[in-house]
Amino acid sequence: MRKRSAKPPLALPCRPVKPAPFEYHAPATTADALAVLAEHGDEAKPLAGGQSLVPMLALRLTRFGHLVDLNRVPELAGIERHNGTVTVGTMTRQADLERSPDAAAVPLLGLATPLIGHFQIRNRGTVGGSIAHADPAGELPAVVLTLDAQLDIASASGTRTVSASEFFEGTWTTVVGDDELLTAVHFPVWADGAGFAVDEVARRLGDFALVGVVCGVELDGSSKVTRAAIGLLGMGGTPLRAAAAEQALVGTAPTDDELTEIGRLAVADLDPPADIHASTEYRSSVGAHVVKRALRTALERAGG
Amino acid sequence: MATSGSILGNPVRRVEDPRILAGEAKYFDDLEPTGCAHVVFVRSTMAHAKITGVDIGEAASMPGVLAVHTKDTLALEPVAGMMAPPAFSRPPLADGVVRFVGDIIAVVVAETRAQAVDAAEMVVVDYDPLPVVVDAEAALKDGAPLLFPDHGSNVAVDFVTMGATADPTILDGAEVVVSGRFVNQRLAPVPMEPNGILVEPGDTVTITVPTQGPHGVRDPLAPVLGLEPDKVRVIAPAVGGGFGAKTGAYVEHIVAAVLAQQLGRPVKWTETRSENMVSMVHGRGQIQDVDLALTKDGMFQAVRCKVTQDAGAYSQIGAFLPFLTRTMAHGVYEFPKVELTAISAVTNTTPTGAYRGAGRPEAAAFLERIIDMAADEIGMDPIEIRKKNFIPPDKFPYSTTTFANYDVGEYAKSLDEAVRVAGYDQLRADQKARRESGDVKQLGIGVAAYVEITSGGMFQEFGSVEVKPDGSAVATVGTSAHGQGHETTFTMIVSDLLGIPMDKITLVQSDTAVVPRGSGTMGSRSLQIGGSAIYRASEGVLEKAKVLAAHLLEANVDDIVLHDGGKVGVAGVPASALTWGELAEAAEDASRRPDDWEGKLAAELDFNQGEATFPFGAHIAVVEVDMETGRVELIRHVAVDDCGKVLNPLIVQGQQHGGIAQGVAQAMYEGVVYDEDGNPLTANLMDYAMPSAAEFPSFEASNTETPTPLNPLGAKGIGESGTIGSTPAVQNAVVDALSHLGVRHLDMPFTSERVWRAIRDATPA
Repeated sequence: MRKRSAKPPLALPCRPVKPAPFEYHAPATTADALAVLAEHGDEAKPLAGGQSLVPMLALRLTRFGHLVDLNRVPELAGIERHNGTVTVGTMTRQADLERSPDAAAVPLLGLATPLIGHFQIRNRGTVGGSIAHADPAGELPAVVLTLDAQLDIASASGTRTVSASEFFEGTWTTVVGDDELLTAVHFPVWADGAGFAVDEVARRLGDFALVGVVCGVELDGSSKVTRAAIGLLGMGGTPLRAAAAEQALVGTAPTDDELTEIGRLAVADLDPPADIHASTEYRSSVGAHVVKRALRTALERAGG
Repeated sequence: MATSGSILGNPVRRVEDPRILAGEAKYFDDLEPTGCAHVVFVRSTMAHAKITGVDIGEAASMPGVLAVHTKDTLALEPVAGMMAPPAFSRPPLADGVVRFVGDIIAVVVAETRAQAVDAAEMVVVDYDPLPVVVDAEAALKDGAPLLFPDHGSNVAVDFVTMGATADPTILDGAEVVVSGRFVNQRLAPVPMEPNGILVEPGDTVTITVPTQGPHGVRDPLAPVLGLEPDKVRVIAPAVGGGFGAKTGAYVEHIVAAVLAQQLGRPVKWTETRSENMVSMVHGRGQIQDVDLALTKDGMFQAVRCKVTQDAGAYSQIGAFLPFLTRTMAHGVYEFPKVELTAISAVTNTTPTGAYRGAGRPEAAAFLERIIDMAADEIGMDPIEIRKKNFIPPDKFPYSTTTFANYDVGEYAKSLDEAVRVAGYDQLRADQKARRESGDVKQLGIGVAAYVEITSGGMFQEFGSVEVKPDGSAVATVGTSAHGQGHETTFTMIVSDLLGIPMDKITLVQSDTAVVPRGSGTMGSRSLQIGGSAIYRASEGVLEKAKVLAAHLLEANVDDIVLHDGGKVGVAGVPASALTWGELAEAAEDASRRPDDWEGKLAAELDFNQGEATFPFGAHIAVVEVDMETGRVELIRHVAVDDCGKVLNPLIVQGQQHGGIAQGVAQAMYEGVVYDEDGNPLTANLMDYAMPSAAEFPSFEASNTETPTPLNPLGAKGIGESGTIGSTPAVQNAVVDALSHLGVRHLDMPFTSERVWRAIRDATPA
């Protein structure tokens, strides 16, 4: 057995706090957390892994009178699989999701999660934090939308469940109210033999995608697509579904040329954002290629 | 030196690393003396504006606030730039006008940093916006907004007036002329540790500052404090990288030092990363209009480059750097004619300064780019056209028409080795196969040969060595390592010459109280100048030891030698030899040493190399370009850098790898961007795409060794070679990947979109 060092812990100097002053709450139960949120409303903000919120606070781009730290609420974390669904607690670390045998029943989670930041970020970052933060270039929001996941939202007065298509309202905004908390996400498990793929273009490893796609397909015995889901990230104010492309895909055994056409269809009616890293034109054009490639990969993986 | 038993040339592990890796190294911000107050600056959020009012009332009344100052209450002399008009001097606190986002308007000092940050937020500034110019070429146009209207123009330095005359006939008689316009984009140095300072007042003011040269901070600060230099002690503790940007005294240092003196208590300023991205000098920032004249069979006839240098607001070292670009405008080639003219212009942006390479990468970049364009034009292989024009080895020392005096050079040697390591012919075959099959990932192979100048202009350095009665030795040097591993390399030198084990040798540096003078660590000068000073001082100590041993052993000094095992005694009689401890003891005992003996068993001197050295090398980069997304991946990078005699290959390779990473970063990732209103769009590390090791392959770095005759070590600088050679190699590789589409040039950095556009524009619809 390894012995722990007898040395005293490092005496860390007292470090100044960079964010604007706030009151810190550390509830031990979901009910206590919801009570704090009920009391302070939009003055309060839940703190999950802090991988987006803490930098924004430190740069004083945002400020809250109250932070409700969820890291001491054990009941909010955990992964369970039952009845064709994988349920992930909001405070589950992304790194745990990446390695979970239960979550492996939803292959997109294992494919998409490694693209979130760097491993240090995923060790701390949470599944619910990423989804509730709702960055339009985030990987997990796109998976939620693509798989039509169900999301549990709790408040002091009860819990409601909404579907992914209703959840995302715009950049960094969702239907979760100021006094509410996203507590769990239910991901449906697809049939055996379904194929999935994730592809994205980012400037550096771990950067937000300039353009990305998550997708899944199921095939029948004759290699025809019976089910298709295509989600895009970085292409609008929220993650987006490429419904027309999905419809075009179902019922076919697409050739490479047809996949190229479906890629174009996926981005046809979009008006993706422009920033210093990529223009609207780039995101559209390259988005079509990325969809084609991801579908090609998903089809290769399907039916096995 | 370098006998069969020499430690020199061996890959000795860095003695600095254990304490750095264990977190035991102390950086300036780790120090928090009792009663330390904290400084936070209120910076301009506008690129160019008149300040019509600054309300400090509420800030001054905030908890813990000790003082809030603007130029009205803290009058400080403007800081003059290098060679620039006096009108372009920078007032440490803005005097009625701000000229870039980040210019300092007010300063808050408070009991804690958090209190200072809170109070700084409450300072209210009223601006009256002025027209903004962010582009150096635009700044030189008639009617451009003027940063200093009284001066009448934005010209900081005009190199034509320095003898760089323009010859309109330079291209006459050319068989082929290729021309290009290259943007060598602005970069942020991004040392892992940002800027800052800790000032402790007293009879002697003690300043702890992350710098590359403590004397270079002391000398400008002492007069501001009204003190003699010996009353100002400057210490560079552990420093987290400098890359040229941590030289001299920043205006923030001046303000903090004056505040500490006024308040009579320690004061600390620690820059945040966001602050660092706008307040620390930026590097590069040149627009280059280049023409190359050559014969149809590839012999160079003339090269001409017109440089427009972005000096940023105010004029600092950056405005001067085209001088070094001109010095190196000859490159490794035998040009009959070379002309580089340059103008530096002030703009409403962060001032520019030295950044790894500092003016020399810009020279290698334009030469290597225009040569590839020429090779494309006449249908010659890029290796062949280079080798055809190299200055041959028998012509050294070689004086260029741009006033450089190359010490040694064997340029084909390093390029041939790079070609061999890269497997160049096979790479070309792979490229051809991918082109023919229409592979979505096309291969690009980029070649660059370079020569650069190290220790340029700063030829002299202090060094001393003293042996103590306990047998240990102390070496003192005026360079100031901040990551370069001098504790390892310099103690290797002493150990090699004196036979004293490395772990009994201490290197003293980076503290003006114990190092009498020094120019610091910059310009890849330290080993060749500082290391040579230590070498000569070690020799001096050995000579004294021999005299002492001869006296003690009653022998002839000519018979005294250094025995294996580090004893000094009569040749062939190791049994009677004396240890270094015995000798040092005797040196301090008047009854045992010679009558004419002076001082301890020590020697000190200033080594002067007299001129610069010119390391060279060749790089070959291999990239894959995704033809659908424009994404570029560097899959191999071969570097053969010749820094003369290699004393410690581990440290040399460390410099090569780090330098290559920063050079590749310019080619592929980095670039400071402003919008037309002068707002920085890349002021954090999310938007400024500094790469990490995850973005790179493992570089294939090796060396050829062509020693310089100019110093006893045979060493030339290696700190910047990797940066200088790698950028054009990668740039050429990306253009090469697309050359079959007719692409002849692309500016950096190679964002996916930039490359995608080039592919789209070159591909028939």
